[in-house]
Amino acid sequence: MSAFLAATHMTGGYGGADILHDCSITVEKGEIAVIVGPNGAGKSTAMKAVFGMLGLREGSVVLDGEDITDLSPQARVRMGMGFVPQTNNVFVSMSVEENLEMGAFIRDDDFKGTMEQVFELFPILKEKRRQPAGELSGGQRQQVAVGRALMTQPKLLMLDEPTAGVSPIVMDELFDRILEVAATGIAILMVEQNARQALNIADHGFVLVQGRNRFTDTGEALLANPDVRRSFLGG
Amino acid sequence: MTEILNALVLFTNFVILPGATYGAQLALGALGVTLIYGILRFANFAHGDLMAFGAAGTIGAVLLFQAIGISIAPLPTAIIALPFGILLACALALLTDKWVYRFYRKQRAAPVVFTIVSVGVMFMYNGLTRFTIGPDDRQFGDGERFIIKARAFKEMTGLSEGLAIRTSQVITLVIAVIVVVALFRFLNKSRTGKAMRAYSDNEDLALLSGINPDRVVMVAWLIAASLAAIAGTLYGLDKSYKPFVFAQLLLPIFASAVVGGIGQPIGAIAGGFIIAFSEVTVTYAYKKVAFYLGFESDSLLQLLSVEYKFAISFVILVVVLLIRPTGIFKGRVL
Repeated sequence: MSAFLAATHMTGGYGGADILHDCSITVEKGEIAVIVGPNGAGKSTAMKAVFGMLGLREGSVVLDGEDITDLSPQARVRMGMGFVPQTNNVFVSMSVEENLEMGAFIRDDDFKGTMEQVFELFPILKEKRRQPAGELSGGQRQQVAVGRALMTQPKLLMLDEPTAGVSPIVMDELFDRILEVAATGIAILMVEQNARQALNIADHGFVLVQGRNRFTDTGEALLANPDVRRSFLGG
Repeated sequence: MTEILNALVLFTNFVILPGATYGAQLALGALGVTLIYGILRFANFAHGDLMAFGAAGTIGAVLLFQAIGISIAPLPTAIIALPFGILLACALALLTDKWVYRFYRKQRAAPVVFTIVSVGVMFMYNGLTRFTIGPDDRQFGDGERFIIKARAFKEMTGLSEGLAIRTSQVITLVIAVIVVVALFRFLNKSRTGKAMRAYSDNEDLALLSGINPDRVVMVAWLIAASLAAIAGTLYGLDKSYKPFVFAQLLLPIFASAVVGGIGQPIGAIAGGFIIAFSEVTVTYAYKKVAFYLGFESDSLLQLLSVEYKFAISFVILVVVLLIRPTGIFKGRVL
């Protein structure tokens, strides 16, 4: 039985030279997997490859037993992937509530319940539901962005540097929320710049270097690994 | 007291009423421009001639109705002919998109390429309009011309100045209010309207959310073409219909959209009235108003002659682009 998300032997780039070389990422249901590594290691690229935003020369992406290697990102959303881009991840001119509605655009059923769940998870959003998302603080915007992605009730939620540009306190709060999301049984894959904190909450960590898997282990083991500590976590 | 009232009536008759009517027409035109800018991200220079074509369609239907004797007197026949103008304009816009703009969308052409393409489309529309309806000046407003005639007003009030309220002015304002309310309800309440706002706000995220770009573009053209046909018909009804006038109208329409903040529907409306009232107040000769207020003057007290009215939009456009390029309501920078 393969993993819930099994992206294996991914090789490819944006058209020019390959950025990913035989890179593999796996996530299980209810687990948090984190991709870390130095700048330019291809972390975001690996996630984009999982989401179908770049062409793979080799390798495959299997979600919940179905091969989705050839599907477009939009089709993958329908298959149960939720993606939160790093930047420009909210509709700034639209209210928080409208942002969530747009997240549920592909759903034809009643999504009021899902919206209530998102409001339960992020109570501040309920308070600010009528405010344009562009007027919110960085941390609140990220909550809107995650909430928007959750509206499709994804099986796998992908977050590209969710804590970029927010304060340490807000970062801790966001990580707490992400743990709560994982607890509902959703698989979470995220790319993180704040490697130490991310590995702390991660079940699995993938350390990439130059588009290749360098270390793959549980978050705890990676934090304890002296090699990883010295090269990536600053001692 | 009577003198002040006379001045007020004079001012209303020659500045406020025409300004409001012209403002509503500009606002409807600018809404179409701003909508296309928000969704397709280019300045559509063909919008003026789309207005001309839509109005021509309406006039064609008016002639047909008059020939077979359908009328809704005392209201002008143009009101029931308007849906045909709208339909023709919509068909033309969709065909243009299919045959012209789609090609450039597939190429992911730069906005400036689209703008130049729209100039070509503008000349094509212009030729099409002249072929079908001819270049001549036309009056197509039938029915009762005035709701209140100047003389009747004078007799009613005993003032020496008359206030004439023309049917076309009232129709323009009523239709403009209905259209604007309907458009805002659509954009803010309906699923498709919200999807259009989302697409305009953040195209990538809209695609990620599963919003169908082809549908958004189609609806944008339908709305823009409808607005163009309505604005063109109302302008022709109020003044007179000359096909080439609409190319000149492009300047005040773009100025309205930019002043209000391009891409912002509310800005297009505010901009329309700002441009219209600037034009009317600056080119109006205040001599008689001043006379009633007790100032005798030998000159006309006119800041700028009417021939230069387009210069006003131009100056406002330049000043806004220099000082606040995002416009009043913070639209995108052109």
